[in-house]
Formats: sequence, structure tokens, C-alpha cells
Amino acid sequence: MSFQFPILIIATLLGALYMALRFRRLRLSIPLGAGVGAVGGIVGSLLFMLPLNYCMFDPERDLIDAVFGVILIALGMAIILIPSALMIGSAVERRRNPNSESAGGARQGQFRGLVAPFMLLLPTLIILALFLYYPSLETFRLSTLLTRLGAPRSAFVCVDNFTSLASNTVYLNAFATTLFLSVAIVALSLALGLLVATAVFQPIKGASIYRTLLVWPYAISPAVAGVIFLLLFNPTGGIINYFLNNTIGISIPWLNNPSAAPWVVVIASVWKILGYNILFYLAGLQNIGRDLTESAAIDGANAIKRFYYITLPLLSPITFFLLITNTTFAFFDTFGTIDYLTGGGPLRATTTLMYNIYEVGVTNGDLGKAAAQSIVLFALVIGFTILQFRTAGQRVTYGA
Amino acid sequence: MTTSARAESAASVKKTPVSTRRRRSILPERLHVHAFLWVVCLIVTFPVYYSVIVATQTSSEVYRYQFLPGNALADNWNIVMNIANLGQYMLNSVFVTLVVTIGKTILSLLAGLAFVYFRFPGKWIVFGFVLITLMMPTEILILALVRLVNGFGWGSNDSTAYLALTVPFLASATGSFLFRQHFANIPAELSEAAQLDGARPLQFLFYVLVPMSWNTIGALVVIQFIYVWNMYLWPAMAVQGQERQVVQVGLRTLVSSDTGISFGPLMLGAVIASIPPLLVFVVLQKQFMSGFALTRDK
Repeated sequence: MSFQFPILIIATLLGALYMALRFRRLRLSIPLGAGVGAVGGIVGSLLFMLPLNYCMFDPERDLIDAVFGVILIALGMAIILIPSALMIGSAVERRRNPNSESAGGARQGQFRGLVAPFMLLLPTLIILALFLYYPSLETFRLSTLLTRLGAPRSAFVCVDNFTSLASNTVYLNAFATTLFLSVAIVALSLALGLLVATAVFQPIKGASIYRTLLVWPYAISPAVAGVIFLLLFNPTGGIINYFLNNTIGISIPWLNNPSAAPWVVVIASVWKILGYNILFYLAGLQNIGRDLTESAAIDGANAIKRFYYITLPLLSPITFFLLITNTTFAFFDTFGTIDYLTGGGPLRATTTLMYNIYEVGVTNGDLGKAAAQSIVLFALVIGFTILQFRTAGQRVTYGA
Repeated sequence: MTTSARAESAASVKKTPVSTRRRRSILPERLHVHAFLWVVCLIVTFPVYYSVIVATQTSSEVYRYQFLPGNALADNWNIVMNIANLGQYMLNSVFVTLVVTIGKTILSLLAGLAFVYFRFPGKWIVFGFVLITLMMPTEILILALVRLVNGFGWGSNDSTAYLALTVPFLASATGSFLFRQHFANIPAELSEAAQLDGARPLQFLFYVLVPMSWNTIGALVVIQFIYVWNMYLWPAMAVQGQERQVVQVGLRTLVSSDTGISFGPLMLGAVIASIPPLLVFVVLQKQFMSGFALTRDK
């Protein structure tokens, strides 16, 4: 195969260039950086290509497969090069300022023994390796196969399971639904959580009673939340419609209407997660204390200005943490709610990516396609987390 | 802001007449806040209040939209416990949740001990190995996990269902880091003294560290108990028989009926299924708040 060699050379050069620039910024030897980068570039480009054997560049494949291959090579290089650059940077930093050693390193009072720590960690490591790492790698392997649940044989299909997603309308629909539900749930639950926490934080009597009354839905399961909101919103005599009918004379077929049903999922999910957000915002407000806002009040800042310029920035680490946990909740935990509430309907209007994976993998038994969809979702979660760290991370204020 | 400056500003707040004037004018504002919180509490509580009410009603009572208890509690109880077999599901959930919660807590304590009180080669590699699992949600790899666990022969019949429901979840990266963080803040003199007295690592863990860590343990127990009790997708996929199913999935038997859902028994089942996690949450709420990493720098 003639195309592997040029790809490797380009990867080597790009890796060398990247690391050379990094090393120059760290005031280290530039040729050394280029060497390290060249090795990193080769390893990174082989990360996905070695198991896949450059199959997407075969002449009989489509252009989209080749594009996907290039993306995979770039991704592999990023996975190898960026963390190594960060690690080298922090190692250099530590060597230059030995005083700022982290608490774990120079700690006194440690026990002797080399076997003992591994014995203590062994159960954790075995379970993580067997039940998290192995299935993760297995998911990657499955995603390149045409294989069915319980079928003994399978065929290698390169990246077809991924590239076919781009033209799969059912999948794209689930993608859009997931985006809508996530944005609606996260925005509403964060805004309401902050609003209510600010109210509970006011110096009022019975604040702890309010807090207890508000936070407990966190303990209720997404599945039970689905059951409860099925009772409230069901089309044949749900109480919400009874209220609406008696007060303003309208009745909405909530769960049978493709544009109303997602909102019921949003309402049920916000109801369930709100208590969690209130709890964490309240903890954040207590950590900040009232000193700063009170002195700002003396300086003449009104309540809105105090909130916007003092409280909100100081709460940003918590907002950041809640943004990630709530998004994960919206991606994965809504499954139970949806399964009881709508079963993904009507007309697939509440079929999220996770629900779709379940249908493709379990109901239809198409393991390879479901595995590919799982990996795209995995990439979304990781990508979202990194994006948050990069954008919000710079504006986040730590410590009061 | 330094502590002295903060104390100064706090003192100045006390001295200035501004604050007393503010306090008087705040009164209607507070009524406002009370009203707002009342409405929010009402909205948050109503769905569960109504569920409890419906749990005692017959189907015809449900459609009369009454907000007072009905007469069908005994009948609904009979359906839920004897026909839908919810008692067995509850027992299964209790067993699975207790095993996983206790197992996770113990394994996390051991891992925290190893990370903080031992020096060993490759520590940061092991640490990274555990850290990376925080980014691997079970849902992503659930198909491969089902294949693996079924390959072991777990979950296919009643006697192995418990294995499928517990063993894959016994380790916890969150727990390991929670305890690592907590132990790292305990003065090193303590372990030096313990070693002088001849304590072995496990003795030090269970006689010295654990009694100092009840808040952290309580926080972990709340998180894990609720997480495991509320699991839905995994038990639905991994357990084939009905006899060892957990209650979250077992509620399905109350939904799927040909004659439409009878909400009385369903809501009774939902209420019963929510009591254990609510109980744990309410009892350990203080530990949950003070033991959680968020408040660690205080």
C-alpha cells in the first residue's frame, strides 16, 4: 500500500513542528522537542490506524471514509501529543520551582512496603480494568464490525458504521432531540436552581425548612419521575389538562403531540435535578459568605449589581461543575424518565441518542451500529467536557 | 481578601447606620421571598403529594380529581404486593444497593489509604488509570458490558442475577478520590504516631482514619446508595429473569396492562420504590453537605 508512507511522514513532521514550538515556549532544546514530537506524531497517527489498517483509504471506498480517516489520524495525534506536552510542561515547572511541590509527594509518615499498596489497590484496579476498560475497548472493536446480538460470526466493515450515520435520518433526528433536551434541561435547571438558592440564602426565618422541602427530589429516580409525570400529563385524564380545561378552557394532548412531549420530559427532568442544583448553589453561597456583598452594598451597589459583579463570578466554579453533571444527566439519566413517560414517542420526538442506542443495539440487535453510536456519544461527552474546561475554565474564579 | 480586612469590613457593617436602615427596609422584601419560596415548594411538592393521594384511590376516584385520600389503599396494596410481586423487587433492590454501597465504600477506603500513606513506583500511572475512568460513563459501554457479563454466565438465571447487578459496580473512582482528598488533609503526625505504636496499615485505617471520616463516608454512601438504587438501564438489560429484577424495572409490570394503566397501584408502587433513597438522603443530608468535596477548603 503506497499511501501509508506519505501519511506517516506528514504525521511525523506535524508532530515534530508542534513539539518544537512547545519546547521553544518552555525554553528547552528545540531539536529535542522535534525528536519527541516526531515519535509522538508516529505513535498518534498509528493509534487508530494500526487496528484499522488504513482500511478507509482503500481505492474502492468513498471520499467520506477517507475524510473520516484523516479526522481519526488527527484525533489520534491530538490524544498523544497534547497530554504529553502538558505533562512535560508541568514536569519542567516542578523542576524549576521545587518549593511548590504538591502535598502528596513530600508527605511524612508513610508506611513501608511495596506489595501492600498494590494489594490495597488490586480489587479496585481489577474491577475497573475488567468492567470499564475492557468493555470500552470492546466497544471500539464492535463499532468496526457487522455483528448481531447472539450471532456467532461477524464481518469487518471498516468505518461504515460511523460514516453511514451522516445519512441516517433517524439518528440525526435523535441527535437534534438530544441537543434540544439537553440545552432546555440544563439552562432551566441551572437558572431556576440559582434563583431559588439565592432566595433560600436570604436571611429569612425557616430557611432550613425551605431547603429540606426543596432538595429531596434529588433522591427520586428518573424512572419514578417518569411515572409521576405520566400521572400528571397523561392524555386520558391527567390532572394538568383537567386544570387547564377548567381555568382557561384548553387541553393539550401532551404525550401524543410530538412538539409537546419533549417539554414534558424537560419538566420532569428539571423537577428531578433542581434540588441537586439548589443544594450545590446554596453550598457555594455559604462559602462566599455575606461580607463581600455587604461591603459592596455600603459602597452603593444595588442588589442586581451585587449579584452580577460579585456573587455570579464567585459561583462560577459551581456553575461549571453543575454544567457538566447536568449535561451528563440530560444525556444518560433521562433514559428512565423517557422509557416510562413516552417510550421514545410520539413519532420518535423523545428518542434521544441513548434511547436510540438501546433500540438499535437491543431491540434491533445491531451491535456494530449501536457501538458506533455509543462511541460518537462518548466523543461528544469528552469533547463537551474539554470545551467547558477551555472556555469556562478561563473565566472561572476560584476561591473567595 | 485577607482575614483581617474581612473582619474589618464585617465590623464596619456592624457599626454603620446603613446596615440598620437596610435591615428595617428589608422586611417587605423578605415577605416577598417567603411568598416566592412558598410557591416553589408547592410546585416541587405537588407531584409527589398527588402521587401519594392517587396511590390510595380507585380508578374511578382518580378521574374525579380529588385531593383527599381514597378508599382503595388495601386493594392497591394487594395488587402491588401479590400480583405485581413488588415486595420481591424491593428486597432485590435493597440487597443489591447495600452490597454495592458497602463494597464501594470499603474498596475506596483501601484505595485512598494506598494513595496517601504509601510511596510506590508507578503511583501516578495507577492514579491516572483510576482518574480516566471518571470519563467513562457505564451507559456508553453498556452493550459490550452486557456481552461480557453474559459471557460469564451472569444474569441469565435467578441465581447469577445478583452477580451481574453488583460485581461490575464495586469499584469507584469518585470514592477513591474523595478519600484520597480527605486523608491528604489529615496531619501526617497522626500516622507517624500510629506507626510508633506499631499499628499496621489496616489497623491504622479502621481504628484511626475511619472514625475521623464519618462525614466523607456519609457523603459517599448517600451518592452511591441513590445512584445504585436508581439504576434502570443496566438491570433492564443485564437481568433476564423477573424473579431477581430490581424495583425500578419491576414497576414496568404495573404499567404494561392491556386495559390501560390503573394509576392507583402504579403510584403506590412508585411511592414505595422511592422511600429507601429518600430516607437515606434525609437522614444523611448533613454528612452529604459537609463531607462533599465542595466544602473542602473550609
